[in-house]
Amino acid sequence: MNPFSYAQPCAVREAVAELVADPGARIIAGGTNLVDLMKGGVARPSRLVDITRLSLHRITELPDGGLRLGALVSNADVAQHPLVTARYPLLARAILQGTSPQIRNMATTGGNLLQRTRCYYFYDPALPCNKRSPGSGCPALDGYNRIHAVLGTDRGTDRSTEGRTDAGSGSRPLCIATHPSDMCVALAALEAVVHVVGNSGEREIPLADFHRLPGDTPHLDSNLAPDELITAVELPPRGFAERCAYLKIRDRHSFAFALVSVAAALELAQDAAGGAGAVIIQDARLALGGVAHKPWRDARVEAALRGQRPGEEAFQAAAAELLRGARGFGHNGFKIELARRATVRALTLAASGSAGEEAAP
Amino acid sequence: MTAYIGKPIPRVDGRAKVTGQARYAAEVHVPGLLYGRVVSSPIARGHIRRIEPRAALALPGVLQVFTHENLPRLAWLSRSYRDHTAPPGTPFRPLHGDGILFCGQPVALVVAESLELARYAASLIDIEYAVEPHATELLLQRAWATEPPRGKMGYEPPPGPRGHAERALREAAVRIAADYSQPAEHHNPMEPHATTVLVDEDGSLTIYEKTQSVRNSQEYVCKVFGLPKDKVRVLSPFVGGAFGSGLRPQYQLFLAVLAALELRRPVRVELTRRQMFSFGYRPITEQHAELGAAADGALTAVSHSALASTSRFESFCEHIVHESSVMYRCENTRLDYKVAPLDLYTPIDMRAPGAVSGMFALECALDELAHAAGLDPLELRIKNYAERDQDKDRPFLSKELRACYKKGAERFGWARRPRTPRSLRAGDLLCGWGVAGGVWDAQQAPSSARAMLTADGRLRVSSSTSDIGPGTYTIMTQIAAEALGLPLEDVTFVLGDTALPLAVVQGGSLTAASVGSAVKAVCEKLQARLLKLAQDGAGSPLAKADLKDVRFVDGRIELVADPRRAIAVREVMRRAQLGMLEEESIAMPDLVKQGRYKMSSHSAVFVEVTVDEPLGLITVTRVVSAVAAGRILNPATARSQILGAVVMGIGMALTEQSVLDHRLGRFVNQDLAEYHVPVCADIRDLEVIFVEEDDPIVNPLGVKGVGEIGIVGVAAAIANAVFHATGRRVRSLPITLDKLL
Repeated sequence: MNPFSYAQPCAVREAVAELVADPGARIIAGGTNLVDLMKGGVARPSRLVDITRLSLHRITELPDGGLRLGALVSNADVAQHPLVTARYPLLARAILQGTSPQIRNMATTGGNLLQRTRCYYFYDPALPCNKRSPGSGCPALDGYNRIHAVLGTDRGTDRSTEGRTDAGSGSRPLCIATHPSDMCVALAALEAVVHVVGNSGEREIPLADFHRLPGDTPHLDSNLAPDELITAVELPPRGFAERCAYLKIRDRHSFAFALVSVAAALELAQDAAGGAGAVIIQDARLALGGVAHKPWRDARVEAALRGQRPGEEAFQAAAAELLRGARGFGHNGFKIELARRATVRALTLAASGSAGEEAAP
Repeated sequence: MTAYIGKPIPRVDGRAKVTGQARYAAEVHVPGLLYGRVVSSPIARGHIRRIEPRAALALPGVLQVFTHENLPRLAWLSRSYRDHTAPPGTPFRPLHGDGILFCGQPVALVVAESLELARYAASLIDIEYAVEPHATELLLQRAWATEPPRGKMGYEPPPGPRGHAERALREAAVRIAADYSQPAEHHNPMEPHATTVLVDEDGSLTIYEKTQSVRNSQEYVCKVFGLPKDKVRVLSPFVGGAFGSGLRPQYQLFLAVLAALELRRPVRVELTRRQMFSFGYRPITEQHAELGAAADGALTAVSHSALASTSRFESFCEHIVHESSVMYRCENTRLDYKVAPLDLYTPIDMRAPGAVSGMFALECALDELAHAAGLDPLELRIKNYAERDQDKDRPFLSKELRACYKKGAERFGWARRPRTPRSLRAGDLLCGWGVAGGVWDAQQAPSSARAMLTADGRLRVSSSTSDIGPGTYTIMTQIAAEALGLPLEDVTFVLGDTALPLAVVQGGSLTAASVGSAVKAVCEKLQARLLKLAQDGAGSPLAKADLKDVRFVDGRIELVADPRRAIAVREVMRRAQLGMLEEESIAMPDLVKQGRYKMSSHSAVFVEVTVDEPLGLITVTRVVSAVAAGRILNPATARSQILGAVVMGIGMALTEQSVLDHRLGRFVNQDLAEYHVPVCADIRDLEVIFVEEDDPIVNPLGVKGVGEIGIVGVAAAIANAVFHATGRRVRSLPITLDKLL
């Protein structure tokens, strides 16, 4: 751990000023990830800007029926808030399947978005890593990459807003790390919006555009500018509370990062043409975790589900389409089939109105 | 009554542990304490071309950087670095030359006035390595495999062949052959290895150390640093789990002592979690098992070979295949055991070393044979039950394995098990039941204890043994309190200090038998002295009584035939006008008598799993472990031992592996987020049954130890249950979900 200075601003603009003044400054809130990275020599901030005194600790209802989560609300408090459990159970369940109660008590909403990958090679400063030191190489590509990405790894195609890259476009990826968050997968499916403040003012970033694909710039996890600070995450009114599922597949039953996770949400409607009791999918949301550098969504897959009858056939087709172009790197090939099956399972759970927890009893 | 043996007495050290009163090696605080930070090699093989500590030394508060270039003159012979539990070879000597033998090797120690400063300074050491090609893939090193020589404490080469295994296999009506593989596992105790060294004015050392044997650490320090024993005291009153990782002095001890001696200041060196992956591990094994049987399932041939990893500098060895020619009745057996050198540190014993690996292969193979022969796997085991140790043609001393099978099966409901795989369901999930047996040697080693009874009737018993978690403090207190008939709260047991009488290392499940026997013996000496004192003078109610005529209960010595004739122990002390009575005793195993028998503990493990087949998710929903390990001194602590071992077995079966990146020659998942020990959510119903054995020969207490036996057989039973659930045989551990997709 390197020596660093410390500031504790009392206003958002002071915090931004700290970031502007020192490019080596980093925000700290819960510290559940940053402190580990500092102890391991992976992060070496020159200054820590502790934002825990800022007034970003509240969950408030929005006039349109949405919900605003202050950046400093703990993961535990979000998951247990009555408005979240009632309107956005998908989010609550995703959070509760991440990490441990102790860490959820410390970890914040903004920090969760900005947590770094769990790639083994990234965590070891003795090794090359394009994310940690750009241009040094990626040992994961030919190494032990069981936990690594199968989607969106190609270079030069950072079409993160489209959420799709084409398969096998030749050149070797620079980075195959995944984003480790569970919460963000649910936020992606719910079309949350990230509110940030920087030197030039406020702006909103849809969650789908917040994280980046590695492309040629794997050292950048997100589109947050160096002088920007997350102040809140807003949830739109539609929470898909009736039919949603968060399915997390991991190597043990708790306290492990997802190999694959699926946030699935459906809205069903009576099928006028189909006779009594027949239903069709009116709207669908689907996001994958553990498979890419960001939560993986594909609007076309969701669009294709609309108007379909919920069931094996439609879900299989959606899963296949969502995984189109997926590519394994030796140890993680299984994730493609696993993600396909998990997607079908999660959609099935969502359609049935089941709460949707991990599949094991 | 003051009868404690066999009672579930709560841990006497429990309160100290949960309230934080118990101090561990890295929790000793003294003024002026310095902090050492280890710099580890990122390469697996080669040498240091250049090491530049100047930037670190330039920081105010950094006292010294120790490297191979400024190492003071120490013992030169590698023999001096051999510890009690070392395998044959040339032990690793920290900072001894520029050679790199394994990734994670300590190449420098930075000593500074704070931990944070030491950590930062360590990051400034500039090192240039010359990299040489390394080898970490076991199967690629097969050509260099050899039979390990003798030389490690307790190790004997496997017995030679019996009968004609090859012919018997050829002629067998039913025959199976299969390969099993197992990755490296690290012990991952909760407490990282740590040493705090205090230096007295006269240069003598007081060392707080995480170890399973203070004596082993003391002798290592004396030999390496050329110090007399009376100048080196090692203390280890509490250990936060070790599982074998504390059997050998680890490099933090060497480095902390080095720094303390050179700087004449107290020094602490604590390893990081990542550095906990830089020394011993459970060896990687590749095993091959072939079994032959008659049509009715009677075993006609057992052939078992194992290839295991070791380092280039030591021949690590353990009893992997040995039990395969004893576990079942069979005329034709053939065992083979070799180790191949890798560019990793030497493996080190890890809970039930050898047996846990070998029995994984053997007990899965038995299951495969049962399936091939169309027999119930438990029936097959009972059919081939061994009544004698055929290798040495001797009887078992006591062996209640049959009762373990029976009681475990009853409790589990095994009789209702359908034979066909994939025929049990639990809702939408597949369900499977598996069984495996376990065995572990019951041993006793010389150990001693001291007992001091004071005039107030309080007893202090001591021995230099450890308590790495099994409950040694508690059971020794029970043994002593019962022997002298004193209330438990009047008895204190002290351990983990080289100033105390010699004890064997805490390993191999032999502490209860060895140290327990010494405690019993020394208390019996006190009994004799007390009785004699009680008979002094006229009118003693116990006049002319022999020891066998009296008993020590409720703080009194009373005549068995007439308990009204009694005298309080305190009264004896008062009358004799003695401030205290002290005795010391050593308990030696009766090797002549014991050698006539095969002495083992046994277990039968029954497991239920559910499998979510499309997603490959396995849950161990139920385990019944029936254990025969002689007399159980404390059913509460013994049960905890078995529960912990079963949990560790679940980890071995399903989640734990230290993954090697062979290109880099290093373990990659070196933290507890990615090295998956089981968590509470992985653990469901666990049940422990003890089938007690009345065994007067194994040792004076009749105990066999329960530290190891609980893990043996667990991984096999789980793998067998997964087969029963899914019809798929996974022969490489751990059985992660991708292997079932």
